[in-house]
Amino acid sequence: MSEMFQDRAKKVSRAKTVDSAVISKSDKPIPDNMWEKCPSCTHIIYTDDLSDNLSVCPTCGYHFRLSAMDRMKITLDLDTFSEMNADVVGSDPLNFPGYKDKIEKLREKTKLKDAIVTGIGDITGIKAAFGFMDSNFLMGSMGAAVGEKLSLAFEYATENRLPVVIFTVSGGARMQEGIVSLMQMAKVSGAVARHCDAGLLYITVLTDPTTGGVTASFAMQGDIIISEPGALIGFAGKRVIEQTIKQSLPDGFQTAEFLMQKGFIDAIIERKNMRKTLHGILHLHQGRKHL
Amino acid sequence: MKTAWDKVLIARSILRPTSKFFIEQIFDGFIELKGDRNFADDSAIIGGIAWLGEMAVTVIGEEKGVDVPEKVARNFGCPHPEGYRKALRLMEQAEKFNRPIVCFVDTQGAYCGIGAEERGQGHAIAANLQRMMTLKVPVISIVIGEGGSGGALALAVADKVTMLENAIYSILSPEGFSSILWKDSSRAKEAAEVMKITANDLMELGIIDDIIKEPAGGAQNGPELVAERIKSYIQKNFAELMKEDLSLLLDNRYNKFRRIK
Repeated sequence: MSEMFQDRAKKVSRAKTVDSAVISKSDKPIPDNMWEKCPSCTHIIYTDDLSDNLSVCPTCGYHFRLSAMDRMKITLDLDTFSEMNADVVGSDPLNFPGYKDKIEKLREKTKLKDAIVTGIGDITGIKAAFGFMDSNFLMGSMGAAVGEKLSLAFEYATENRLPVVIFTVSGGARMQEGIVSLMQMAKVSGAVARHCDAGLLYITVLTDPTTGGVTASFAMQGDIIISEPGALIGFAGKRVIEQTIKQSLPDGFQTAEFLMQKGFIDAIIERKNMRKTLHGILHLHQGRKHL
Repeated sequence: MKTAWDKVLIARSILRPTSKFFIEQIFDGFIELKGDRNFADDSAIIGGIAWLGEMAVTVIGEEKGVDVPEKVARNFGCPHPEGYRKALRLMEQAEKFNRPIVCFVDTQGAYCGIGAEERGQGHAIAANLQRMMTLKVPVISIVIGEGGSGGALALAVADKVTMLENAIYSILSPEGFSSILWKDSSRAKEAAEVMKITANDLMELGIIDDIIKEPAGGAQNGPELVAERIKSYIQKNFAELMKEDLSLLLDNRYNKFRRIK
């Protein structure tokens, strides 16, 4: 018993040491944007090195989150992207206090209209419709704007017989738009269904984090579902599950690796290999042309 | 005039009739069909085949249970992935035999637990949303109590989505909503008022098609009468939906959700 407490005391004191080390580091006057700390291994990385390495930690391989535009740039052939429906926005169906202001501020800060950028582009010469979600905009949550842009992208792709590739990053349905957000799950699913029934290819790339109503709709509807390593993917949030079952969750729960082991993901692909992998899959689905 | 929170309490009342009651009252010769053919049977969802007057139908409902042992056995009406997969299996079977489908929605939400995540809760709901959109038979979904989030929507991609007068339908429980947006789950009552979760609010927003009236105080004060009203609603609407050309039926279902923004 006393041993257990000693052990516990050691753990607590270790945790304190780590905490104070972290605090003192972040207190130093590091110039903005020159250095980035890896949230996984805590190594300090020179920002230029990080972006040269596709925002993957050179030490531990942690995949940093990417903005929609950065993701687009490292995924598509240079200057091939043409954005569609850039002006589509949602509304404020609940007149939710502070929501409009919040959106306005985020638009200024992120230069995005909402949490997804959609359009047409090429990967090594193969054309497809793309969606790039952005966690900087209300955690990539799906309200009417995201639902509408995705639906329009799938409808365009169905009409023009194009494959669709969506990079997801989302906390789920957007609470501030209430039931309208929930309905976007059904709406986008309808557009996916029509694209699917037309015999066209849909690839989803799940990135950290992909949860809630996005997991429970288009993220899990791909013909092929890929993930980046270590991404958090799940339906319910960890806190909600812990509160429901009154116990803590095992290590590695709801990671991409966990989901692949359980049979819900086709492949985990490192960022540096993503373009090549997507091209390979897109190319193979054009295979009949060569017969 | 009832507040939204009053309706939350009525919708959650342990006296409120559940799916099983309505299935017994409305249909004849119900034969329950169990299991998802993959992992298990989930008793939070009841499904089967039955007669609606002269018409053979498939019936699916989320079931909370009546007394405590039954509630525990049915996980308080919070389905696991196998529940949604059973529902989908029965819906595809209905399509094969050209039977229209009735769904009763009554859940706080899809269950949030380890097994549910391991077996793909998100995937199961996603599959239902996609497949229900193209089912080649008419589907009517009726929210009879709580319509909680994706766990409700997974049985509510339908040609007619209708609510009982005191039912609620929402993106999340008022408790969860206030916890996320205000970091305070005790403000649930306040959340309920801003969330637009009542049948009237959802009718105004164009989310649902119709409202079925309840006796004063709620369905528990006249459950047979409510069952009778649901029955005539379903019969009337199936008669109309069955007349529709299939491609028009599917276009209408698609557009019903497509126009929500």
